[in-house]
Amino acid sequence: MAAVLPRSRATAAARGGGLRRVMRRKSTLAFLMALPLIVLIGALVVYPALYSVHLATLNKSMERFVGFGNFTFLFKRDLFWMVVKQSVIFAVTAVVFKALIGFCVAHFVHNVPAKGQRKWRGMLLIPWVIPPAMSTLAWFWLFDPSYSAFNWLFAHVGLPSITWLGDPYWARFSVILVNVWYGAPFFLIMYLAALKSVPEQLYEAAAIDGANWWQKIWYVTLPMMRNIISITVLFSLIVTFANFDIVRILTSGGPIDQTHIFATWAFKLGIEGNDIPLGASVSLFMFPILAIAAIFILRDINRRGNEA
Amino acid sequence: MNPAEIQAAVLEAPSAGKAKTGSTRRDRKRALYWSYFFLVLFVVFFLTPPIYMMITSLKSSAEIGAITNPWWVYAPTLENYWALLGSEQYLTFFKNSAIVSVVVVIITMLISIPAAFALARMKFWGSAALGMGVFLTYLIPETLLFIPLFKIFAWVQETLGIEVMNHYWVLMVIYPTLTVPFCTWIMIGYFASIPKELDEAALIDGASYLQILTKIFIPVALPGIIAATIFAFTVSWADFLYPMAFTTSADQLVLPAGIVTILIRGDVYAWGQIMAGCLLGALPPLLIYAFLMDYYIAGLTAGATKG
Repeated sequence: MAAVLPRSRATAAARGGGLRRVMRRKSTLAFLMALPLIVLIGALVVYPALYSVHLATLNKSMERFVGFGNFTFLFKRDLFWMVVKQSVIFAVTAVVFKALIGFCVAHFVHNVPAKGQRKWRGMLLIPWVIPPAMSTLAWFWLFDPSYSAFNWLFAHVGLPSITWLGDPYWARFSVILVNVWYGAPFFLIMYLAALKSVPEQLYEAAAIDGANWWQKIWYVTLPMMRNIISITVLFSLIVTFANFDIVRILTSGGPIDQTHIFATWAFKLGIEGNDIPLGASVSLFMFPILAIAAIFILRDINRRGNEA
Repeated sequence: MNPAEIQAAVLEAPSAGKAKTGSTRRDRKRALYWSYFFLVLFVVFFLTPPIYMMITSLKSSAEIGAITNPWWVYAPTLENYWALLGSEQYLTFFKNSAIVSVVVVIITMLISIPAAFALARMKFWGSAALGMGVFLTYLIPETLLFIPLFKIFAWVQETLGIEVMNHYWVLMVIYPTLTVPFCTWIMIGYFASIPKELDEAALIDGASYLQILTKIFIPVALPGIIAATIFAFTVSWADFLYPMAFTTSADQLVLPAGIVTILIRGDVYAWGQIMAGCLLGALPPLLIYAFLMDYYIAGLTAGATKG
């Protein structure tokens, strides 16, 4: 080992003259290797994202520039404000419950003896593994107006049956329920991984100081998991805000457009209703939440980069 | 403190510890029982839809229509599965899904492995910004992009004469935008964790960068590559919005869109067949998950823990 090091330093010195050329060739090669990625993202992500801003300023036949015409048209419609409200309710409620359930269940799994954890984790992640379009169909069938299996159970314990997808409020509840069902396992896995990385000594120290279980969670677990909690919540907020599958399959935005969120309404206006500029304007409203999340995540990464 | 006192303290310590563990052990046991109780509760909640899917798929249409216990199969039958496996339409969906997913995985790996290598090891002008950009594009949801893409595809069709819309290969072009940013991001993490001495030694031995990538980085980071492959496959298998927006005719649909648009038709839902179709369609990701659970979870958690 001692013999190798000086020699390598010697070769590096000998090559010193050509080093700049090598570096240039290296960076060219690196650029070429990253080129497909740049082209893909540029052509199919960045360009369409900017193009949708342009589209949003055109009239329905896309021949005339109307400036903010589409937006002022949207602002005057009650349905638009309903969609804004519903998107926020949908995303915030679903993410809060996903995070809470994920956090609690992660603790339950963590409490169980190590050799049984794999089995529990394996079963609990299944909702995340099934493609959402297919699992949502199963929910749709569970909510079926005349054959609802839930209502059958309710009838047996003497509860009134529920029109799951027919009543606006229950329909809103149902789409959130399915979203929570689908997304909670993701939080569970993240939080379980984070829980495992909290050193056991911290809990022992807290126990010696006389902390009860609540204080252990509040003063040890939560501060240790702060990073992972914030990043999963932000991720999930973006994904939930942009959700399409669940609402589209369960209600298609109905009854009477009461469960539409940005993505499903944009799909209905833009693709089905053939008004591409209006659809683009609606989908652009997902952008603010995206920008806010990006700022938070970038700040977090920079801060951690400075610590390292 | 004199030695005798220390000895006394040391001797005393275990007994004090024992008294303490007596109560904590009872607490632990109670916590354990409650944990099991809630775990069972949540497992029931999480597994109800898939299990109900299976129950329904084993019923005949007559039994589904009859007012009987929906949670029990009185006359189990595989007729729904046979009907699907004999239906050319369903097999076409399956075939399209399989082709699209496999091709997307290959494209994803061909793009993201070299790019991740370049970004993790070979710094070039703007590489840091690009790494951040990759991460940010991962945050741009498909629901923001499908309308401009729809218009762009229509434009390509008009001006270049290439019929883009309503062919399943368009999904092979568009799905990498869902998979590549995340796969590149986690591969950067895996590549960055490989000790620099390894490629420095190879460079000194005269290896080229391509050799370093293929002979060292890919073998060493193989677990990461498997995790990324699984991620890319499951994402392209499950996507629903793009096929809904860009493909319509029955022979070009992939599974999620096919089941939703073709199997569900009119007022008469053949629920037994739909549920069997969903279950068969969910089988590839479920099998991958069952056999490669650790890689699956590694791919899932890598994004956030390394972020």
